[in-house]
Amino acid sequence: MNEVLAVEGVTLAFGGVNALTGVDLSVPEGAIYGIIGPNGAGKTSLLNCIGGFYRPRAGSVRFLGRDVTRLSPDRRAAMGMARTFQNIALFKGMTVLDNIKLGAHAHLGTNVFSALLYSPGARREEASLREEVENDVIDFLEIEHLRNRTVGGLSYGLQKRVELGRALAMRPKVLLLDEPIAGMNQEETEDMARFILDIKEERGVTLVMIEHHMGVVMDICDRVAVLNFGVKITEGAPVEVKENPEVVKAYLGKSH
Amino acid sequence: MENFLQSLVSGVVIGGIYALIAMGFVVIYKATGIINFAIGEFMMLGAFFCYTAMTAAKFPFAVSLLMAIAGAAALGGLVERFILRPLLGKNMISIIMVTIGLSSVFKGVAQLVWSGDYRAFPPIFPRMPILMGNIVIPSRQFYPFLIAIAAAALIWLVFRFTRTGVSMRATANDQAAAFSMGIDIRRVFSLSWSLAAVAAALSGVVIGTMGGISPQLGAIGLKVFPVVILGGLDSIGGALAGGFLIGILENLAGGYLDPLILGGGIKEVAPFLVLVVILMIRPYGLFGTREIERL
Repeated sequence: MNEVLAVEGVTLAFGGVNALTGVDLSVPEGAIYGIIGPNGAGKTSLLNCIGGFYRPRAGSVRFLGRDVTRLSPDRRAAMGMARTFQNIALFKGMTVLDNIKLGAHAHLGTNVFSALLYSPGARREEASLREEVENDVIDFLEIEHLRNRTVGGLSYGLQKRVELGRALAMRPKVLLLDEPIAGMNQEETEDMARFILDIKEERGVTLVMIEHHMGVVMDICDRVAVLNFGVKITEGAPVEVKENPEVVKAYLGKSH
Repeated sequence: MENFLQSLVSGVVIGGIYALIAMGFVVIYKATGIINFAIGEFMMLGAFFCYTAMTAAKFPFAVSLLMAIAGAAALGGLVERFILRPLLGKNMISIIMVTIGLSSVFKGVAQLVWSGDYRAFPPIFPRMPILMGNIVIPSRQFYPFLIAIAAAALIWLVFRFTRTGVSMRATANDQAAAFSMGIDIRRVFSLSWSLAAVAAALSGVVIGTMGGISPQLGAIGLKVFPVVILGGLDSIGGALAGGFLIGILENLAGGYLDPLILGGGIKEVAPFLVLVVILMIRPYGLFGTREIERL
């Protein structure tokens, strides 16, 4: 399978503390790639290195065959990388539709002049394409009834869903999810797991997902990497990982 | 009655100008979270740019105004790029202190270049006063007011409807999210400083044509605080409303209360008194974002 995202020897330090040490990942196209590990293992730091918020001290990140280690987050987004955040990062004062709209066109260029340069025909075409994407995402996530609601007033689970929608509206090739299920009740969890599977199967998007909910990780991930104290201790199919003695030790402590 | 209307009209005129300064202030606060205490000095420098283009280079007013706009935009962008961007992520108090320092530096530079003398703009507008019924609007108030209102409307439109404006609002809402959605937030920061400097410069020119300029002109910028706190620090519409409110209030207080009180001066204090009352009722300002904390 084609590799869409590769992390090679990434090392990240805050002051004297090593958050990540020589981490390698290879994410194949069309997979759901899980990253698990105890709290403080460096999972979110790793996602921030992939997304461009942190610049690793050593190592590289390759995206679609191109070295993006030195690119800023907005440039990576323009290449087709989208993400959601652990603590929802929506534009809270805006409506659901506006949030999704921003996803749909933010990366097309934020220039007033470029808008003036397009011919009216091309602009109309672009506008209708964008509308199609917006409606498609709203249908897909079943949030039609919330379209014009202000995001700040929605429940936690729905906000997470809107955030996923905004990321999808960017038509990403790779979607990074930071704990998409954390804090949800049973029903919301099942919905979200179903959406994530559909994103992979119907849309062919590759997903990288940090999650603590082991049931969901084991059910939907194709491959899982385990981090502990900033080091990748193992990687493999969910079943293999679950039975790896190193992993059991990391989660439960030595004496078990 | 006539007296009342006359005060009201003067209030609206000065209010429009306050609104424009306040918009410059709000744009920066909204996009970057920085409280810019140097806004008055941006105003003063913008006025001097226009004055110099008119007197030293003998350009017509319209051309000089455009040059002042260009100069202010460049100055705003440079200040952001070389002074504030290196401070990104530092303590907000330090950044605010830097803007206070900037205002002193600008004042000093202006005194070096243009001396501390008070100067009057060459005559620009037709001298005929505008008559509305029995109300007389002096032409040197009327035309500046038109300029201020047009500029304020333009800024509002940019912020509300252009893609650049949308990315500014998105950045204001959540920087990390905006960044990860492909918005170049560094560009947004530069642009908002430029936009704010242009708003300030325009209001400086407008005030300059009404009453002359000196390096102390920036003191009027202090009025921006009751205005923006009244309207809500992060609301463009609030800046507009707050500007008019403070302008009208000030003039009514000046017309009716000053003669009653020994020594006068109520005109200067009234906006701050009303400010205190409003903040007791709505601490986030009339139109500001109400912070909701879910527990």
